Amino acid sequence: MSAFSSLSSAALKGFFRDKVAVFFSFAFPLMFIVIFGLIFSDAGTNKIEIGVVGEGPVITALDSTGALELTEFDNFQEAFQKVKDGDLPAVVAAEGNTVTLRYAASDQTAAATVRGIVAGVVNDVNLRSSGATATYRVQAQQVEDTTLKPIQFIVPGMMAWGVALGAVFGSAFTLVSWRKKQVLRRLRSAPINIFVILGSRLVATMMIGVVQAAVFIGVGTLPVFGLKLSGTWWMSLPILLLGIVAFFAVGLVIGSFCKTEEAASGVANAVIVPMAFLSGVFFPLDGAPSWMQTVSKFMPLRHMNDGMSDFLVRGDGAQALVSPSLILVGFTVLMLLLASKLFSWDAS
Amino acid sequence: MIKTNDLTKKFGSNIAVNQLNLDIPEGEFFCFLGPNGAGKTTTMEMVEGLRKPDGGTIKIFGESPWPRNVGILHRIGIQLQASAFFDKLTSIEQLRTFASLYDVKAGGAEEMLELVGLSEKAGTREDKLSGGQRQRLSIACALVHDPDIVFLDEPTSGLDPQARRNLWDVLESIRERGKTIVYTTHYLEEAEELCDRVAIMESGRLLALDTPANLVEGLEAPTRVLLKHGVLAVEAARRIAGVETASDENDLLTITTRSPGPVLAHLAENVSLDTLQVRTTTLEDVFLHLTGREYRE
Repeated sequence: MSAFSSLSSAALKGFFRDKVAVFFSFAFPLMFIVIFGLIFSDAGTNKIEIGVVGEGPVITALDSTGALELTEFDNFQEAFQKVKDGDLPAVVAAEGNTVTLRYAASDQTAAATVRGIVAGVVNDVNLRSSGATATYRVQAQQVEDTTLKPIQFIVPGMMAWGVALGAVFGSAFTLVSWRKKQVLRRLRSAPINIFVILGSRLVATMMIGVVQAAVFIGVGTLPVFGLKLSGTWWMSLPILLLGIVAFFAVGLVIGSFCKTEEAASGVANAVIVPMAFLSGVFFPLDGAPSWMQTVSKFMPLRHMNDGMSDFLVRGDGAQALVSPSLILVGFTVLMLLLASKLFSWDAS
Repeated sequence: MIKTNDLTKKFGSNIAVNQLNLDIPEGEFFCFLGPNGAGKTTTMEMVEGLRKPDGGTIKIFGESPWPRNVGILHRIGIQLQASAFFDKLTSIEQLRTFASLYDVKAGGAEEMLELVGLSEKAGTREDKLSGGQRQRLSIACALVHDPDIVFLDEPTSGLDPQARRNLWDVLESIRERGKTIVYTTHYLEEAEELCDRVAIMESGRLLALDTPANLVEGLEAPTRVLLKHGVLAVEAARRIAGVETASDENDLLTITTRSPGPVLAHLAENVSLDTLQVRTTTLEDVFLHLTGREYRE
């Protein structure tokens, strides 16, 4: 075997024999996919639950709106007490021609929604029972919007995060431990150059990253989670690989100035955890304040995540490769320059 | 094979190696002896090409090792103080990986394991090896590309006596293969036992450089004879022909002499010999004489 492939295979063996490394690279992100996937599997906004007493055309019409979930009560007092206790936002009682609505004052939004729905339904029933022709008509039709189901952003997000984490720790720990144990010096005293040493480790990290991504996507597409890949999913591969290179370079910077594994681990976490939140890998940033949106534009993880999502679940075309690729490459160059300034072979 | 001329290295205001002149021929078992901070390791690192000298010249195979000289790297094998291994790899995998760095066939890996007596540990991971086994494996890793010169930095430090003796055998068999060995040690008796020539260093200076026998002989120190207290009176001891001094201390009567033969013959006639010990000069005496203080290990 050549020095390059032999060093790569040494790195891969070292990784897969290290239970802690394997846990954090595979089981840890997978845990989040499973938890988030199950929590959010019941997609969409929850219906408002209200109490109803009695029956008749109004109650039937309320049920058919699909916006409310009705709980039947035998008498009004019991249901009213629930509203007073704060267990229900509202109760509707139909007795003969009188429809009584009592709502809790605490939740104004729910109250307004319920009032609007009940009033609309009552008007509709009134109109029908009067036999008159309506002057105005509403033409309503359902539209399929582009908002993603939660699993569609959970999997790419966790994929970006898990792979980035693996790449940062992979290179930072290797550098620190090799320097400490004098493996770096030993390698320097062999007739090979630094590009073979680092390149072989990078290739190993890329292989691990691709396996990670395959596992996360595989689990996501299980029926219980229901991830649906778009037609251009495979175009996310270049972004995945460029992302690995970028975060490998981040690890090189960290590994270059940290003298112990503990320090490297602390710094790596201090970089990756805030970046993960600011890059929207745990939850989408659509509702985030604008300053956070701006900051996130400077996060390579954001571009890796968005770049992969574009192909994995949004089905964008090849033109969507350009911007995230350029940003990740630029970031990598920056990190490599910094690492080359900070790098040292020896601890002393 | 290795030649240095006024080799000097400074760390700030501290002179780690001070105008060192060495000439190590092919096939020699050469030893640097000295306390921590004597400059042994720094000297080795400069010769290996891992450190830039501040002054003087080094020639190894007739070439300068600095700046990094890949041609030289192929011909030297280096074992560092720490056991520099790849994480979680087995003994044989370590050797094969190191072999690949030198672009040599990994077939020599098994042979090297056998040489250092680790054939049975071929499938054992580095973190499951004992201290002595790690040292032997790291020596095997330094030899796997069949270098002409092997540099070993304190290979026996931290080993129990048995593991040390074990390693001595390994070093002997490496020498039998015609390798030039340059190594450092704290242990005086080890240097005396193994080496062709010893360089005694302190504070970056070369204090002495010769064969262990010549160094001991050159000291011309008296032989000491120790007797149990009460076997012989101090006065009587002083009267024996050839005795230089006799003193009674710590329950032992210590006699010094430069003609141990006649003195011992005289003692044999008068006292029981099983109460008697003879201490000849050792490298330790040379060292103490040269540095003028207690040897620190």
